[in-house]
This record gives sequence, C-alpha cells and structure tokens, in this order.
Amino acid sequence: MAIKIAVVGLGKMGLSHLAIVNALDHFDVIAMCDTSSIVGGVLSKYTKIPFEEDFDKLIALPGLQAVIIATPTTTHDWMSRKAIERGLHVFCEKPLTLSSAVSEELAAAADAKGLVTQVGYHNRFIGTFGEIKKLIEAGAIGKVTHVQAEAYGPVVLKPAKPTWRGKAGGGGGCLYDYAAHPLNLLNWYFGDTAAASGALLKSGFSAEVDDEVYASLGFADGVTGQLSVNWSDPSVRKMTTRITIWGTGGRIYADRQEIQVFLTGTAPIPETYRTGWTTKYITELTPPVSYYLRGEEYSAQMEAFGDAIAAGKGAAENSFASAALTDASIEMIRASAQDGGGIGSFGVTEAAPRKAGLVGRILGR
Amino acid sequence: MERILFGDNQFFGINHMSEEKARQQAMRFQDIDNIVDVLQSALHAGAGGFMCTTHDTIEKIADRVRADREAWKGFTFYPGMPYAHKYANAVTELGYFDAMRKFLPSEGLVDTMLRGGKAVLNRDIEGMMTLLVDAEMKMFRGLDTPVIFLQNVVTDLVQGLGIVDAFRIFAEHCKKRYNAEAGFITMNLPMLLPMLKEAGIENPIVCANVNKIAFRMSGGIEGYREATTKYPARVIAMSVLGSGAIRPSEAIEWVVNEPYVESILFGASSKANIVNTVDLIREHDAKRATSAA
Repeated sequence: MAIKIAVVGLGKMGLSHLAIVNALDHFDVIAMCDTSSIVGGVLSKYTKIPFEEDFDKLIALPGLQAVIIATPTTTHDWMSRKAIERGLHVFCEKPLTLSSAVSEELAAAADAKGLVTQVGYHNRFIGTFGEIKKLIEAGAIGKVTHVQAEAYGPVVLKPAKPTWRGKAGGGGGCLYDYAAHPLNLLNWYFGDTAAASGALLKSGFSAEVDDEVYASLGFADGVTGQLSVNWSDPSVRKMTTRITIWGTGGRIYADRQEIQVFLTGTAPIPETYRTGWTTKYITELTPPVSYYLRGEEYSAQMEAFGDAIAAGKGAAENSFASAALTDASIEMIRASAQDGGGIGSFGVTEAAPRKAGLVGRILGR
Repeated sequence: MERILFGDNQFFGINHMSEEKARQQAMRFQDIDNIVDVLQSALHAGAGGFMCTTHDTIEKIADRVRADREAWKGFTFYPGMPYAHKYANAVTELGYFDAMRKFLPSEGLVDTMLRGGKAVLNRDIEGMMTLLVDAEMKMFRGLDTPVIFLQNVVTDLVQGLGIVDAFRIFAEHCKKRYNAEAGFITMNLPMLLPMLKEAGIENPIVCANVNKIAFRMSGGIEGYREATTKYPARVIAMSVLGSGAIRPSEAIEWVVNEPYVESILFGASSKANIVNTVDLIREHDAKRATSAA
C-alpha cells in the first residue's frame, strides 16, 4: 500500500522531491508545507496537493507515515526530532544537522522506534560511485593507499546578496553544501574520518561563508585522502564530482559518467574486469527507475526510502547514523581550518578574514 | 516535421559518456564559426531541422540565419525551452520572487502581483507563464518555428507535480502567439501521454529517449509500445545510440522499426558523422519500406 507522505520546504530540492514522490507508486502525497503561504497557495491550486503552513499541524495529520524535510539546514534538527517523536519515517536533505552529536542522537531516537531515516546523499545511487564501493569491498585494487575526492561547480560566481546558503552559521557555504557530497562518499568507502589536517576554507565571492574547501584526511588502515572542492568554478556546467583511488593493486577513477579502472592483477580481478584498463559507462551501470527527473539517483533514493519503509527493518542506505559521520567530518575540517589551517578571503570581497590563518598570511592580510 | 532532426548538445559541452569529451567539444564550439560549419554540414546532408535550447549562443546562430537567408534555405529552428540551468541557479541564488523579477520582461509586474496578494497572483500565473515563453522566444524573432518544445526538466517536473493545466496553457500559447505546435521533451513518455490527453492535446509531439538498450527509457520498451498504441503520439526519438553504447548501424536499424517513431534526433560534431548517420537512417528506412511493400 502506498505510504502516506508529506514534503516540507518547497525550494529547488523540495519541489524536485515532491514531483518524484508524487509520481512514484510507493507514495501517496497527502500534504506539503512551506513558510511561504504564497508559494504554497499557488502550488496547491495547480497540483491539488493540500498545503499546510504549520509544521506541527502537518506532522499531526491523520494517517501520515513519513516526511521529506528539504528546508534550510538549521531547521533539520528540530523538525526531524518532532517527526521522529510522532513516529514518522524521515527523509532529510543534506547535511543532516550542524552537529554530529545531534545527528547521532536523532539516529538513535529513530532506531529505537524502528523508523527509517535517510539523508539525501544521492551520489550513493549513481552507478559509477556504487561501482567503486563494490570494487573496494572486493579488494580489487589491493590495499588502498590514497584517495582524491573532488567536486567543482558554478554556484557562486559573483558577489551577491546571500540567501541562507550564503550566510554564516546557517549551514551554508561550500563545505556544508558541496564538500559534504564527496566527504559522504569517502565515509561510505572508508568509514569515519579519523583525522583532518591542513584544511583551508577560503571565501571569495561570498562574504560570510567559504567558497573553496581543501583538506588532508585520514581513515582507518592508513588510508589517506585529499579533498578539493570549489563551488566557484565557472568552467563546469554543473556540479562535477570525481573520485580517484590508488591502491597496491591498481587505480580507480570515476565521475558521474564513467569509471576507469586499472588493475595490475596482483589482487583478485572481479568479473567483467581485466588486467590493465577497464572502462564502464553510466549506460551499463544504471538500473532504470520508474520516473526520471534530473537523474536516476534522485528517484532511486526515494524508491529505496519507500522500499525500506515497506520492509519494516529500519534505516537502509544513507541512514541518519551514516550521515552523522559526514557531519563529524565537516566538524573536523572546520576545526583543522581554525587550528593551523586557514580561513580567509582571497581578495574578491573586502571582508576581513575571521582569523589570519595560512591564506591570510599568504595574501599578506 | 522532418524525418531527421539535428540536436545541439554537442555544442554546449553535454556528453552523457565522458566529461573529458564534453570539455573538448565545449572548447571547440566556443568559436561560433565552428558551430555554423557543423550546422551547414547538417543542412546539406538533409538534417536542416535544428532542435535547440534557448542558450545565449543560439541567439547568435539565429542572427547569422537572419543575416543570410539564402545560405540557410531549408534550415528550421525547433526551439526547446527554457534553458533550465539559468532559472534553477537563479531560484537557488535569489529565491522565487527575485528570480522572477530577473527574468520577466516587464520588471514591475512581479511587484504589482505581490502587492495585489494571493488573489491576483493566482489569476496571473497563466499570464506569467506565457510571458516567460515570450522572453525565451525573443531570440527567434522573424524566424519560422513550427514546433516549440518544453524541455524535459520542466515537462517532467510539471508532470510529476500533476499540473495538467500547464501543458494546456503552453500549447494554447504556442498556437495563438507563434502559430506553432507544442512539443514535449520527456524522460517519462509512458506516464506523460495520458496526462497530455487529459490536457486536451491530441496526437502530441513528444521527444524521448528511444534506443535498443532502453537507456533512460522510463517504463521500458514495452511500456513505450503500449502507451503509444493506447495514446497515439508523434514521437521524436533521441539518444538513439544510447550515448554511444550501441553500434550506429544496429542502433538505427532498431529505431526506424519502432512503429511509433516519427522522427529521429541526433547530434554530431563532424561532417563525416553527420553524413554517415543520415545515410544510415535513409538506408534502413528504405529497407523497411521494401519489406513492408
């Protein structure tokens, strides 16, 4: 039977989620919620989906089983908490909260009630990035030594009046908004982040938040990593995420379109791979979805959410607990940037750096 | 509508297989003369129907066509709108209302509507949609555009949200203002057709992925066949090569034999590839005609 669900927050991601769950057979959308009654009223008129401005009233709707929370990050903690207290399954946009401790508490509270929690780290539902997970688990490149995780996109290309995404303390900025994606993949592949050092959080066009994030990372078993993320890259058309992994038995490179694998043959060669280069494309790695909007991964994650609720065994992929690892990684990078790394402007805006870290020193500020 | 249509993804760094190849193409085609050369090759090869986005670069192509009509005889624009990235980015950056202020031609309109409150806003949403269409169509002034397409991001968003009225408003406006038919690009053809019927659009023009490996064919090959039998539509097949995953000859042979396919859309960057693809379509069309006779 279709799961009765409501969508909270009708921005870009909220609308996209609303369209997807409205189209999928898994769900029956019974309401939507937003702080703007104008947006809600217009949408409700044309979609015939009931609009409820008050979150407390929304989660009290009779028969409601699940909510999708796609609101600014600072609201994720109390909205998720209230929804969990009500016994609702929760899908929340990323990052989960601004505190890994709070994220863990939420995960534990939901687990105690047997509820499904999920966070919108959709890269785990992209075929190429999923293929990396399988190859690492199969030991295809031997012992992993190092990983480079990159993400570039044209989000902030000029100084602009900030929305919540550009305001300090609100969960905006390249680290929370962009770097969270590759970090989440690293936590998926290698577990929790054990160390972060030499982090640089650089502001340029944004006055209050970081536009570039660079850091060295450490994971279990001596795996090291470097993170390079810049949401002010004008040369790419849309968000471009790349993962490169070196191991004693080969190398893996993957982006959204393809995975290129070089295997030396010193480790077991997985089926459909061979010694030397193997390239696979998204065309063969992507299972079809029943409704497509902007990419299979967005529908696939909602199908997985619905399937997990139907299975009744609690959270599956991208649980709150797994997202808490990424929140912790973010905290470690912030701490590293404040302590020996660097936080500052590279000179596009006049705002003074919060602290004369490495970048400030390089630029003579 | 032409049997063969030419697309524009390759000009804008869009390649569904390789980011590296996409970047190479973006570098080559930042010089507009290189785009013009490829379009001329397509025109002379018999693929003069150009299905394009409303990217700023297309306006420059339209300028070239207006400047020398003789050289572009038989060349027709089939615009697809909106160029969604600019709207999505603006909404994220500015919020809904500032984004609308940015794009709507008469700047005071949004403010008037907001001042008027919800009642006025509800009444004027139809007018606002048509104004957005007009803003996108400006670059094609003086040119014949027999079909105007709604891009798949918008078609499928509207479809998912269940806003049937939007399809009707778009189709009526295309007819009234541009004497054009509405076309709908979609990644969800079997789900879309019943909704277009509900919107009162009979035998719609729909552009969707059709390829032998069922890549990005939501609902699957059988789903397409059933839907088009039940709800007749003029289907333009795109991504027929499955982004390069199928051998061209095999891919084309399969697609020309799908009974619901009326036109085939493809993109290519070289004259040789254009000619080869057009030849393949003609060859397999001829074979099909012979075996049918």
